[in-house]
Amino acid sequence: MNFAVLQFPASNCDQDAVHALRALGHAADYVWHKETSLRGADAVIVPGGFSYGDYLRTGAIARFSPVMQEVQRFASAGGLVLGICNGFQILCEAGLLPGALIRNRSLQFRCEHVFLKTAATDSPFTCRIPPGKLLHIPIAHGEGCFFAEEATLTRLQANRQILWQYCAANGELTDAANPNGSLLGIAGVCNEGRNVAGLMPHPERAAEPILGSDDGRLIFAGMIATLEARRATAAA
Amino acid sequence: MKAKIIITPKKAVVDPQGKTVQNALAYLGYQGVTEVHVGKYLEIGLAGNDPAAARKALDEACHRFLSNPVIEDYHLAIE
Repeated sequence: MNFAVLQFPASNCDQDAVHALRALGHAADYVWHKETSLRGADAVIVPGGFSYGDYLRTGAIARFSPVMQEVQRFASAGGLVLGICNGFQILCEAGLLPGALIRNRSLQFRCEHVFLKTAATDSPFTCRIPPGKLLHIPIAHGEGCFFAEEATLTRLQANRQILWQYCAANGELTDAANPNGSLLGIAGVCNEGRNVAGLMPHPERAAEPILGSDDGRLIFAGMIATLEARRATAAA
Repeated sequence: MKAKIIITPKKAVVDPQGKTVQNALAYLGYQGVTEVHVGKYLEIGLAGNDPAAARKALDEACHRFLSNPVIEDYHLAIE
């Protein structure tokens, strides 16, 4: 499979994303934010960083970069898009995902490993996560508190759009396990079409055992399996 | 013309910055402070002299870009 990893001014997790995908045996290439073509990529990764210095609001300016029009088209046609950290923020600002990410409740920049409970395994991003398995993945963010209005949260729950929640080592959803005050402990969500997802933790930093955890691999594996199934269906 | 825009967090949004500033004011001895909210202030210089048209354009800019309607309210004044 061929992944497009976007680059905005001050993205800084693009190289890790490309490396992780190549280490998993797939092609991954950078797409600069001014480009207007995704060059036939099978999936798009919107990586972490501090695009545009987080000026005005995180992701507020990046969402208007030329490449994002192409990402919108790609997503409307059902293409798989995964936003990681700043990428999640950009997708929320772009309206491709619901809600918004605001300053951590503690006002601290939290840089640590967290445990994630997978709340819905029926999505391209979670379909390869064994039921009950907690993902051990690092976070590194100052503005990762997920917020949405009551009505939106209710809808997300009803539609099973909440994909990951912060949890304790034993899987319990506790306040102490929530590193940023996100409502409902939400670490990641998907859109109604289930083809666009975003999460604050960094799966690309947990894609090889040498990094201390390779649980992040399971998220990319889900995308790859979904793409392979689509390819097989198309060929039939 | 000059546009002055004040952007504040919506009431429903937890404002830890505001709370921290409130705590600090109390610590510094300022009594009777019941709440603090921290927002943003933008000043935008505009050519032309049609305030109505400017307001229309900036309202759209505020909804679309300058503020995030999910988490923020804005107040726009044109002079």
